[in-house]
Amino acid sequence: MKSHIKYLTIFTIAVLMAFSCGQTGGTSGALGGDLASRSFVPPGEHDEFYAFISGGFSGQLAIHGLPSGRLFKVIPVFSVDAEKAYGFNEETKPMLETSYGSIPWDDSHHPDLSQTNGEVDGRWCFINANNTPRIARISLSTFETEEIIELPNSAGNHSSSFVTENTEYVVAGTRFGVPFPQRDISIDDYKGNFKGAISFISVDQETGRFNLEFQIMMPGFDYDLAHPGRAASHGWMFFSTYNTEEANTLLEVNASQNDKDFIAAINWKKAEEYIAQGNFTEMPSRYAHNVWDESTQMATSTMKTSVRVLDPEKCPGLVYFLPTPKSPHGCDVDPTGEYIIGSGKLAAAMTAHSFTKMLDAIENEKFDGDAYGIPIINYDDVVAGVVQQAGLGPLHTEFDDKGHGYTTFFISSEVVKWKVGTWEVVDRQPTYYSVGHLMIPGGNSQKPFGKYVVAMNKITKDRYLPTGPELCQSAQLYDISGEKMELLLDFPTVGEPHYAAGCPADLIKPNQMKFYPLEENNHPYATKTEADARVERDGNEVHIYMTTIRSHFAPDNIEGIKVGDKVYFHVTNLEQDYDVPHGISMIGANTSELLIMPGQTETFVWEPKQVGVWPFYCTDFCSALHQEMQGYVRVSPRSSNIGLSWSLDGE
Amino acid sequence: MRLNTLGLIIGVLLLFSCGGGQSKIDQIKEQSKMAEPTSLEEAEAKWKDYYGVGPITSSFSVPDEVDQELAATGKQIYDLKCTACHKADKRFIGPAPKDILTRRTPAWVMNMILNPEEMVLKDPLAKQLLIAYNGSPMANQNLTEEEARAVLEYFRTL
Repeated sequence: MKSHIKYLTIFTIAVLMAFSCGQTGGTSGALGGDLASRSFVPPGEHDEFYAFISGGFSGQLAIHGLPSGRLFKVIPVFSVDAEKAYGFNEETKPMLETSYGSIPWDDSHHPDLSQTNGEVDGRWCFINANNTPRIARISLSTFETEEIIELPNSAGNHSSSFVTENTEYVVAGTRFGVPFPQRDISIDDYKGNFKGAISFISVDQETGRFNLEFQIMMPGFDYDLAHPGRAASHGWMFFSTYNTEEANTLLEVNASQNDKDFIAAINWKKAEEYIAQGNFTEMPSRYAHNVWDESTQMATSTMKTSVRVLDPEKCPGLVYFLPTPKSPHGCDVDPTGEYIIGSGKLAAAMTAHSFTKMLDAIENEKFDGDAYGIPIINYDDVVAGVVQQAGLGPLHTEFDDKGHGYTTFFISSEVVKWKVGTWEVVDRQPTYYSVGHLMIPGGNSQKPFGKYVVAMNKITKDRYLPTGPELCQSAQLYDISGEKMELLLDFPTVGEPHYAAGCPADLIKPNQMKFYPLEENNHPYATKTEADARVERDGNEVHIYMTTIRSHFAPDNIEGIKVGDKVYFHVTNLEQDYDVPHGISMIGANTSELLIMPGQTETFVWEPKQVGVWPFYCTDFCSALHQEMQGYVRVSPRSSNIGLSWSLDGE
Repeated sequence: MRLNTLGLIIGVLLLFSCGGGQSKIDQIKEQSKMAEPTSLEEAEAKWKDYYGVGPITSSFSVPDEVDQELAATGKQIYDLKCTACHKADKRFIGPAPKDILTRRTPAWVMNMILNPEEMVLKDPLAKQLLIAYNGSPMANQNLTEEEARAVLEYFRTL
């Protein structure tokens, strides 16, 4: 018995010692005891940064917090979203209109944030649709998609959407060369006939509204990625290119022949001069411009019919080519604006071009021929340095605020930290696995917030519980505040994360819309008080002016609807409080629910096909009496002469 | 070392056992709860004692004369923001506001409009009302203090 007590005591001590060791563990290494606490945000507390992570083939934009990695919202942008009625209610359907008709899906790639004086300002987020070329603007006050503009003459809108340092333009390139304008010609006639359109979309500084100001008709290379100049290089835009071979088949071989492709340097201030001088062609083009109006709470779609096009051959000084090995993918500009980094995905090295050297080479005409009239600058006269043998398959670079670049290597699955100016590698950390883009908050600006880097991976393999053949998509968070990068966290993402943008939460939090004031609701079918709730018939069309508040609809009993009617439910949420949306859905309606924010009006259409009495109910748990929040519509035969009537509680 | 560890274990156990007991503060809280009304009738009988919880203090009062202009403004606000749940002279989702100042203090009415979430948690009368009205919460319609004052003036004309 005594020996039992003795063993128990020793065991207890051992356990206590084990715990105390855990608490004093080192601050570095994956087994560091406090590693988890560095990405842990306690319940009820807020993250330090917002991250806007593209949804890739989901077509959407996901909002995460950093450092926790928690997912807050998926904003529908280019794909329908039944949860939020996006693309299903009458108000948002026009957002998805294009010159090809309504399209329910796209592939969203590269978000970027608005800037003022080269710093992220928290007003808007922009993102591109890759498949059917479009650019969207998302309000960071409402976290809703407010505008989508289609890009004519473009195909594979990949080198997009990148914002200049005062949000003068959102710039978009094209991956595919296509006949410009489109016409019926042989694919073998690619060379010289296929072109790449680079689009400059201006942004109204008050409203954010887009206008496609002009396009530059570039040679038919593939424009892969881009970044704007900043500070000294403000006014320039840089695009990486591949397929300078202008191959139109088996590109994996035929577009990998040249030792060097180009980074295209575009002087957009010069472009503005040519436009002002009238040195452009007005080209007939059809493209949709879709705008959400917060006042009427409705989107409208307008078809535009022409675009101004600049031809670099006729515009000297507009474009230069900087030779860059080999099929460069990322095209990244450091915070000072001096260095333009081309990550040659088929090369072992990364090339840093100098903006100062580029200007000197242009002034002294240090050229090595031209391509379609565009001067090619001598490689040696523009290169500032090369990061040698850093890894395999460099893709993208972001920068911290201490003079370092961080580059992803797809093939060797790692992030490599190197020093700007000396080009020496100072650290490397593995990623899991096959990393594509990476993001440092404020990455596309003069002022990065170099505390964390998020690496976005293409493959997760064994990192999470398996979910059948399709595994979850994932990002990884590294602490980069010290000399060595430290992996803190893996977190799943929505769709395939391509690029992301981020900024301190304090830039966005104070500007949040909490509810839509009823007084400012100018929706043509708004019902602002229950006294105005009613039902109106116009031939076969029936309009129900309905209100909703915790916890009833008005009216909630409706009779006089007939088979073959087209019934519009216009539902206004009368709540004027934060976080009290109401939903509604109707049995058998061939559409989604509505999810109506306080003060907002939304509309769904129901075409009853059968006689009977059919129920509707609130789909968003709103109060203790949510389950009581319901109503009925009586549907009579077409020949019936039952008149319209409606009521709530018999009145 | 061994003794220290044993001491620590005992200490921890003592700490936990302390947590299980009822502190003085809890006892006082419990007693004050007992004193609270347990029915709406009981609460309404004491209505003159209740000023509510929120930005308006017990000293708030209204002048004898009704300000008709203010009341007209109040009617507009009431019609837009309140009628989904209140009818002037009959019970609907919530109570009728007619003759409200014969049943509630002016400060209580103002606090109920301006701070309903906290009222139904803390004010004895509002708590009973929530139960009597099937747990249907009073919506915070985010009126300003001036707007709530105008609505109160309108109630005085009903």
